[in-house]
Amino acid sequence: MTSPSAQRPATDSPTPITRRWTLASDLTLIEPVVETIVALCMSAGFSARHCHLNVPVAMTEALANAMLRGNRSDRSRSVQVSVELDTQSLRVDVTDEGAGFDLSALQQSPDEADWFEREDGRGVFLMRQLMDRVESAGPDAESGHRIRLILHRT
Amino acid sequence: MSFLLDRNDDVLLVDVEGQLVVTNRQEFKQAILDAVEQGARTVVIDFTRSGYIDSSGLGALVSLSKRVRDAGGDLRLAGLNEDLRTLFELTRLDQLFPLYASRADALAAR
Repeated sequence: MTSPSAQRPATDSPTPITRRWTLASDLTLIEPVVETIVALCMSAGFSARHCHLNVPVAMTEALANAMLRGNRSDRSRSVQVSVELDTQSLRVDVTDEGAGFDLSALQQSPDEADWFEREDGRGVFLMRQLMDRVESAGPDAESGHRIRLILHRT
Repeated sequence: MSFLLDRNDDVLLVDVEGQLVVTNRQEFKQAILDAVEQGARTVVIDFTRSGYIDSSGLGALVSLSKRVRDAGGDLRLAGLNEDLRTLFELTRLDQLFPLYASRADALAAR
């Protein structure tokens, strides 16, 4: 894990705060990054619900998906995390080195027959429930597969 | 995250401290399955001191619920704060697990 590059301190500045990390595909690296993003959201005045539920759960899902599925747990493959935050919204890009997937085709739902039986397959559903927008892009020549999460402060 | 197991006859109390997430779900699940293998049938998981749960943690609970039911027991969740209750409602998993305000309530439902 590289040190986060801090462009600005977490203040009430109207200009966005940005942070970037490059992580090896190691699940133990997720929690410190998630905690930092939560702390930034608290500083920016996001609600307790957002800080205690929406942000940590959605961020954990996105990073775990990138490491486990995108990079297939290959530690030599990295995950890029880019955060942009102001007093109105949080935007997080998580980019892995995988082939990507069609997010729009992945419509997980509690209406599925095995929802109350299966162990996996709720991550994308949760991200959609907890964030205002979830988008995917790539991979392309310049970058890997990226998922973008956006949450507006309420 | 850490968790403490306290077994008394066929009752297993599990205290979860911190997050139940992708990094620890296997250890958590295996510890409870071992106790069920050894005779635990009423499993009460107390989230009073817990933080958040991700989809992996929820998945572990779903899987455990089935395994405990198959063994003739039941899995009860206690002490969820408002945020965690919301998580179970969003995923409709509140329909799968009995949710109790406290571990005492969960045990009294025996």
